[in-house]
Amino acid sequence: MTLHVLATGPLVTVQDRGRTGYAHLGVPRAGALDAEAAALGNRLVGNGHDDAVLEVLLGGLTVRAGRGCWVAVTGAPAPVTVDGVPRGHVRAEWVPEGAELRLGTPGSGLRSYVAVAGGIDVAPVLGSRSTDTLAWVGPPAVTAGAVLPLGRPLAAPRPLDTPPVPRPGPLRILPGPRADWFTADALDVLCGSSYSVTADSDRIGLRLDGPALRRAREGELSSEGMMLGAVQVPPDGRPVVFLADHPCTGGYPVVAVVEPADLGRCAQLRPGDEVRFTALPPLPHLPAPGAARD
Amino acid sequence: MQLRRVGRAAVLVEVDDAAAALALATWARGRAAPAAEVVPAAATVLFDGVHDVEGLTALLGAWTPADLPPAGDTVEVEVRYDGPDLAFVADAWGTDVDGVVERHSATDFVAEFCGFAPGFSYLAGLEDELAVPRLASPRARVPAGSVAVAGTWCGVYPTASPGGWRLLGQTAARLWDQDRDPPALLAPGTRVRFVPA
Repeated sequence: MTLHVLATGPLVTVQDRGRTGYAHLGVPRAGALDAEAAALGNRLVGNGHDDAVLEVLLGGLTVRAGRGCWVAVTGAPAPVTVDGVPRGHVRAEWVPEGAELRLGTPGSGLRSYVAVAGGIDVAPVLGSRSTDTLAWVGPPAVTAGAVLPLGRPLAAPRPLDTPPVPRPGPLRILPGPRADWFTADALDVLCGSSYSVTADSDRIGLRLDGPALRRAREGELSSEGMMLGAVQVPPDGRPVVFLADHPCTGGYPVVAVVEPADLGRCAQLRPGDEVRFTALPPLPHLPAPGAARD
Repeated sequence: MQLRRVGRAAVLVEVDDAAAALALATWARGRAAPAAEVVPAAATVLFDGVHDVEGLTALLGAWTPADLPPAGDTVEVEVRYDGPDLAFVADAWGTDVDGVVERHSATDFVAEFCGFAPGFSYLAGLEDELAVPRLASPRARVPAGSVAVAGTWCGVYPTASPGGWRLLGQTAARLWDQDRDPPALLAPGTRVRFVPA
């Protein structure tokens, strides 16, 4: 009931839906960056929502199955072979005992997911099997020579499923909570410009190059809680979209927050790719606490 | 208290200071606030993973800054006061190295919030006049267990990392252990005394 790792590309980590309830201790949430692709892989091989998968950055993974198992590769379309024979993307494939599953370099996107029936059964840390790459909470990154335990498959694979069609167009944002720290035209600049993904983007954040957003006030923000999808703006004015391994607190203002449904696309953007934003109408203001009781 | 929406599923509550943030966060946890994460910080509490924004707003209306949390557990942290910045801090505090040790170990600290790294707690308790500036350029590597001050905060580095705080000494205490429950030695609300080794 194991998977023997023979080779890896730039980064392979174990990921599930992430770690909840420890942000106040400084523990990042982690979890699959393209959560929909990971969930699809789990469905295809008959796994539950919380089973762990492998997140593979730019292919290069080779594993040998310690027993026959159903496997599905989703996310970035890396060419899949089993003992050298091409197999499908986004479908359950049988990997016989001793056979080698290999992922080539995807022609588009960045992160592929390998779901194995039974799930990757490494020991959970603080309730999750996800590896956080900011503070390295959770299992270590997967390297050649690793032997990964597999759980017992509980259900048959479900061959009929389709990947969600990616929503085209700009990333949708809700302005705030600190839009008032920027000049009045900052959201227009953010939404009217083309940004490009820089090479230092990672699981912590999607770093962008393009027109700088300018601050309307001096001084520094006191450190405050940060959230998934936050568009944080450091002093150089170039926005960073926080992804799953973002720090729990930060001292730079957040101008807007990317819609959760658009974060999977952020996981698949390559350095040099163009990013545009569009602002959704702001949600209604919250009443002052207690006002409703008067 | 001001509420700011953050995306669809989070609310940022602004309060006066870190002590009020800790008080609100502790109070809200005790009343099972409908949030996956309750994150106090320097002058805010972030409620994240909120599925019932109206319910949370109604709950927050019942809080007043006078609702102080019950005193947390007290943890004693043994320190070997031999840090490279002792002389600098002594100078800033208008005393000598023994005076720094005496003052620091006589202070009742409270862990008000975590950040920077898992288990790194911002400890409040130093008087305003004892504020010291950070290093202009951070050290590339501060060893795990370093006891340090910056501004009026005190902190202990849980793991080796870059850092710009002024180093007073070293402790052998394990600040963070992901196999321990709770994993952080100095979770928000914990009272802390430093004891010279």
